[in-house]
Amino acid sequence: MQGTSIRACLARKVSAALLFTALPIAAVAQTTPAAPAVPPVKLGIVTFLTGPAAGPFGIPGRNSAEIMIEMLNAGKVPAPYATPGLAGAPILPKFVDEAGSSANQVTEFRNLVQRDGMNAVVGYISSGNCLAVAPVAEELKALTVFWDCGTPRIFEEKPLKYVFRATPHATMDNVAAARYVLKKFPDLASFSGINQNYAWGQDSWRDFVAAMKALAPKATVDKELLPKLFAGEFGAEISALLTTNSKVVHSSFWNGDLESFIVQNGARGLPARSTMVYTAGETAMFRLGAKIPDGTIIGARGPHGVMAPDTPLNKWFRGVYEDRFATSPTYPAYHMAQSILGLKSAWDKAAAAKGGQQPSIDEVVKAFEGLEFEGPSAKIRMAIGNGHQGIADIAYGSFRFNKAEGKAEIVDIVRYPAECVNPPANMTSTAWLEAGMPGAKCN
Amino acid sequence: MTGLRILLGAVILGGLGAAAPFTPLWLISLVTLAMSTGLVVCGLIILWRGGLVPFGQALFFATGAYTVALSGRWFGLTDAFLLIGLAVIMAALVAFVVGFLLAQYREIFFAMLSLALSMILYGVLVKSETLGSTDGINVTQASFFGLKPRGPGYTFALFWLALGMVFTAWVGVSAYLGSVAGQLAGAIRDNEIRVEYLGISVTRLVHLKLTISAALAGAGGALAALSISHVDPQMAYWTTSGGFVFVTILAGAASVPAAFLGALLFEIVRTIAVALLPGGWQLILGSVLLLTILFVPEGLGSLMIRKRAAVTEKGAA
Repeated sequence: MQGTSIRACLARKVSAALLFTALPIAAVAQTTPAAPAVPPVKLGIVTFLTGPAAGPFGIPGRNSAEIMIEMLNAGKVPAPYATPGLAGAPILPKFVDEAGSSANQVTEFRNLVQRDGMNAVVGYISSGNCLAVAPVAEELKALTVFWDCGTPRIFEEKPLKYVFRATPHATMDNVAAARYVLKKFPDLASFSGINQNYAWGQDSWRDFVAAMKALAPKATVDKELLPKLFAGEFGAEISALLTTNSKVVHSSFWNGDLESFIVQNGARGLPARSTMVYTAGETAMFRLGAKIPDGTIIGARGPHGVMAPDTPLNKWFRGVYEDRFATSPTYPAYHMAQSILGLKSAWDKAAAAKGGQQPSIDEVVKAFEGLEFEGPSAKIRMAIGNGHQGIADIAYGSFRFNKAEGKAEIVDIVRYPAECVNPPANMTSTAWLEAGMPGAKCN
Repeated sequence: MTGLRILLGAVILGGLGAAAPFTPLWLISLVTLAMSTGLVVCGLIILWRGGLVPFGQALFFATGAYTVALSGRWFGLTDAFLLIGLAVIMAALVAFVVGFLLAQYREIFFAMLSLALSMILYGVLVKSETLGSTDGINVTQASFFGLKPRGPGYTFALFWLALGMVFTAWVGVSAYLGSVAGQLAGAIRDNEIRVEYLGISVTRLVHLKLTISAALAGAGGALAALSISHVDPQMAYWTTSGGFVFVTILAGAASVPAAFLGALLFEIVRTIAVALLPGGWQLILGSVLLLTILFVPEGLGSLMIRKRAAVTEKGAA
């Protein structure tokens, strides 16, 4: 009798195990489509579809990917991208939510590459997720383009072969902010900062202080405030800022924190005493409009959005985006678009070297290294991180609310060349900032 | 726990290990990660049976994970067995220290105090820029007794290591639950005063249970760190603890193998939900938990135990 019970138990366990194994395989089998003439290039797109980062970053990114892939497949993108798909192969996207722990992201990345057979992955907004996925991408030899995460650590900690990032890293945002601030206030005596207490806020503030130290050694730091992420209420911090004589307050806030901080400090009269610098302010300027005081310094993590130059590619991009989604593309939309265009440029270049045949992933990787290509808002050069990290120009400007037209505008736009605000290829950003930004070419 | 059942467990796990080279790699990584959750849940069961629900088990999980990451980063240690051993010791040590306070409390007070402690660790990690703040740090790839498998070999090695850890935890925890100290868990839940009258210190017993469960959580954290190759403060966040409690509800406290099956089921449900509903996968996870509570209130394990009990009765007759 004992034997029977064990056998029954064993049978149950084995069948359960088989069931668990079969379930996901069945799910995958259902989603595999019939193969067309030219096999499509399967592209995994990872972006926040749920959670607090979905609204300002994730959804504009997804929208941008959707429209870019559709237009590329139809061959409707203006020159030099007028050829259809990736070297003739249509792109078949699969969208995955970035919400969840980095363990979830690593698991889903493996699923994308090993289960769903993605040829490449364009993904990740959170720097933590980028850092977690990078070693796995290397292990799986999976071509991965990070599209929005900002940390400079990705290629500075160890060289990577299969990972690329066309979007410049966050050091440039704060170096350019420092240059712009000093252009407006050449005799700045002191400044303060309010940044969220997590990696993005800490890094932004550290880079800004280091750049200020190099450019204006006499300017001192008054208040260094690091409220916790998504605090939402900044009464105490605003009081502290009101006690200082800082002409300038630096902030890398985004999302709800940015908007509530702008509304709250406006009510307390802080902007009358200090000019605010929002390095990621562009995502909020259309929603808040007149609530942002004139003269506020606004950044867009590159020359994106309203600061983008008037090129045919940019005009086309804004046109199709506004037609489809009834809103202007903000910088995450640009980041996604330039990442996909980078991938296309590398793919087409590799195919051209092969006489038009579909290239292998290793050939695309080789073509991507050190590549120069045109994004909707700027020329991207994969110049640092062994040719894996893009650099581009950046623009800063001052906010103005056009009362006559009821429209938010950016005026006094200053563009900084890529070499002016990015470290050279052989230096980490921290070392470059600490050394006083040697070799920066600003003209 | 009979010798026969140990043999059976060894055969099943050995079979899984032998099947690994014929299984898709993504599934192996997924199972390895699920086993790390299973180890933590195994420890939760020990507390659960005594009526204690910690909402801060992530404290020990993260301690284990960061021990692995920092031992590699600061001291250049790479041996997987050594790293896991260190992680277990560190997590148990932390539990032993905080246990002097935590073991005094029961019910919601125990749950909230453990939650508070894990959130302290989270806060400290987020504020430490040298530890990568919220971005976390990478874990160097481990070696196994001097061998350094890379690529798919590394995934297999970690999977086999996970199976070994599962086997050890299963045998150890089953033995503990069968011992006098383990059997007293139900008595503690029902009536602490009577247990004290038996001449046993309930506080000390709870302290011991907490330390054992922390050691298991540390082992789980170490395995997760090696398997993901990255640690971040999210590992100490309350949602991580909530995830462990979720799986314990799914698995139930009735059986140790159910902890691992529950963790596996949870991970598979999550990954299918993400694939099916990219913008609303949390809905599916929540529904599964609701349905479990409605229809299998004692968890998956109760199904296995109930049937086995019925068979044994028939056998005795």
